[in-house]
Amino acid sequence: MANFFTDNPDLLHHLNHPMMRKIVELKERNFADAEQFDYAPLNFEDAMDNYTRVLEVVGDICANIIAENAESVDHEGASCSDGRAHYASATVENLKACRQAGLMGMAMPRRFGGLNFPITPYIMAADIVSRADTGFENLWGLQDCAETLYEFGNEDQRARFIPRVCEGETMSMDLTEPDAGSDLQSVMLRATQKEDGTWVLNGVKRFITNGDSDIHLVLARSEEGTKDGRGLSMFIYDKRNGGVTVRRIENKMGIKGSPTCELVYKNAPAELCGSRRMGLIKYVMALMNGARLGIAAQSVGCSEIAYREALAYAKDRRQFGKAIIEFPAVAEMIAVIKAKLDASRSLLYECARYVDLYKALEDIARERTLTPEERKECKQYNRLADALTPMAKGLGSEYCNQNAYDCIQIHGGSGFMKDYACERLYRDARITSIYEGTTQLQVVAAIRHVTTGTYKALIDSYAANEVRPELQAIKDRLAALTEKYVAAVEHVNAVNDPTFLDFMARRLVEMAGNLVMSYLLLLDANRDAAFEKSLNVYVNLAASEITRHAEFIHTFDPAQLPTYLQH
Amino acid sequence: MSLNIIVLAKQVPDTRNVGKDAMKEDGTINRAVLPAIFNPEDLNALEQALRLKDAHPGSTITVLTMGLPKSAEVIREAIFRGADCGIVLTDRALGGADTLATSYSLSQAIRKIGNYDIILGGRQAIDGDTAQVVPQIAEKLNIPQVTYAEDVVVNEEGKVTVRRRLEHGIETVVAPLPCVVTVTGSAPDCRPRNAKRLMKYKYAVSPSEKAKLAEDMQAFVDARAHLQIQEWGAAFVEADPAQIGFPGSPTKVKNVESVVFVAKDARRLDDNDAQIEELIKELIVNHTIG
Repeated sequence: MANFFTDNPDLLHHLNHPMMRKIVELKERNFADAEQFDYAPLNFEDAMDNYTRVLEVVGDICANIIAENAESVDHEGASCSDGRAHYASATVENLKACRQAGLMGMAMPRRFGGLNFPITPYIMAADIVSRADTGFENLWGLQDCAETLYEFGNEDQRARFIPRVCEGETMSMDLTEPDAGSDLQSVMLRATQKEDGTWVLNGVKRFITNGDSDIHLVLARSEEGTKDGRGLSMFIYDKRNGGVTVRRIENKMGIKGSPTCELVYKNAPAELCGSRRMGLIKYVMALMNGARLGIAAQSVGCSEIAYREALAYAKDRRQFGKAIIEFPAVAEMIAVIKAKLDASRSLLYECARYVDLYKALEDIARERTLTPEERKECKQYNRLADALTPMAKGLGSEYCNQNAYDCIQIHGGSGFMKDYACERLYRDARITSIYEGTTQLQVVAAIRHVTTGTYKALIDSYAANEVRPELQAIKDRLAALTEKYVAAVEHVNAVNDPTFLDFMARRLVEMAGNLVMSYLLLLDANRDAAFEKSLNVYVNLAASEITRHAEFIHTFDPAQLPTYLQH
Repeated sequence: MSLNIIVLAKQVPDTRNVGKDAMKEDGTINRAVLPAIFNPEDLNALEQALRLKDAHPGSTITVLTMGLPKSAEVIREAIFRGADCGIVLTDRALGGADTLATSYSLSQAIRKIGNYDIILGGRQAIDGDTAQVVPQIAEKLNIPQVTYAEDVVVNEEGKVTVRRRLEHGIETVVAPLPCVVTVTGSAPDCRPRNAKRLMKYKYAVSPSEKAKLAEDMQAFVDARAHLQIQEWGAAFVEADPAQIGFPGSPTKVKNVESVVFVAKDARRLDDNDAQIEELIKELIVNHTIG
């Protein structure tokens, strides 16, 4: 039987990263749950065995149900009638399989019915699901809204809602509105507190993924008269209570199985989650970080299928008497697709591990006071997760788009037709660099880690590792490229002009990303020689990109800025 | 009403993707190269059992398999997907059984289980392809049988309604319980393994498997009833030694042949009797027909 986990040894390589021991130990805390739950692991090896076995189930469902349904879901799409959104029939089947397999609420604590998986294996499941059907990953992946509900809801709310998510009810995050897309401070949906203390919501939300879900997290203006982010709070809306209808769903270019809804709230009862006024500045930021990691995983999964489709076609298609993969122009494209895939996947799991570490420590802090050392660690990991999340989402989604583009190119004229999966991938890929913050906004989130040196410190920590002698030459090359990056950062800082920094930000973040991903592949190849090929290809690519950006930055005359900025 | 459901399952060599080395020189199956799998239609039967359990909360599903001790793998697989418990009927004395001896042995095990409302099995196994064992069990237990089922529903009066997939259409029949039902491959696929059950039952073992574990794991299994897969022998199910295994099997395999198609190209015949007659003679001589 086909299996999307076992047919891809790269996944097991990332799952078995040395840092997992620490993650599992923080997450399972002396494996105390085993006393109470018969499915809890007994020790580290048992926990890892659990992750592997459950990912095999994910791989099975993805290969044999979700991937098989992807084309029909794309053709049928979601629909809207009588104020409700309806999934395509095969989407219903996909969700049923995920529910029966118990793959909802994977990262939630056992006491609420979850599997208590760390983020890393959960994100790996997202990667696999996206390879099967990129659009379905949205519906399945919105379960990580439960993470926000767990972090900021009270114990009563956790106990009422999280078990429902673990049983398979779906979620949505109702944030954007017609006049509040990237700029969420402008959210207008009104939350009014009644005399009995309960809340009702009134207004309109737009572009809400899976907007007819069972349990919604809603960003709404609770403080009358305010105009900025500090007047916004987060609410939980339960579909069972009614009050929200779907006015229409969008007719989209891709991810057609995932209904994107316009919602109308008419005195919809809702309950406050967390504290008033903290909705945007704290909770939605946390929600978005989780969602961005999810999109990074979605991007990698989509890259994976683009790579596989491109490779299979290039081996199969014969022209001029031989398979087209034998032509250097095609072979190089395949090598570069794979290198970008591997690089973005290494970054994805590096990021997931840091998210795991800081979230596990934060969760321990809910039970007891952290030691000063733990507090310091938590802060450090949180910072690294903050730095790597926009990088993984921003650059991973761009690579996903590039790979989907090249996948069509390799298919030639056939790729432009509806006959091959590559055209669907191309359409599905396109949204990854837009939603949950465009690549341009990921750069805005990432640039401070360029200027404050987070990336540089991380790069130095990678460089401190010893590598096998045959990898030393690449390591030396990366050290030289790091100097180019440092010089470019110094140059931009020296100009000391915020507009100039904004203008150069994308280039600097890309340079940092090229280096981080190169070093991660170096360390991957150091553990497993199978990564050497992608390491070599990626470092060549990274070197040319870094050099190109450095050249632009150093030779650019700031006096030219108006040429670009004034229209 | 809650039901006591028995699912009959068999571990079979995966004959669906047979390579060159699938058969040994003596014509017997080379089990070493064919992975052992859950007989596909038995999985369809398990799904029907799970649907009955969904519709009738409190029902229990017991999976019964006969074979080598390693058939416990089938029991674990069924438990991962939602079955409650399982029994491996295994004994050297049961070896070499044909369908008659097999159905007798299994019917004895079912009598030992005792309390059952419905027995579900796959229409046929992909190794023998006889489709005889489950109907014979119904005969031996002297209860009704319904074959070729695609959908099985039990109502509150204790009647089972079965949709049968036949060659030229669909037939719906109603039968009283207890009853035996064989399920075809056109019935819905079995649901996937469940993550929690997988983690909970992954250490479930039969006594023969347990004996090979380290001492601490043996103690671990001993302390947890849900991890103990039962293993029954011929004597335990009170089987008559003359009716089981090789002695109880009247079917004798005369010869097994590896048929290899050698013709590579199509041959075109003209529209005349002489050529056709020549071809018929040729086919009779080479034993293709006749």
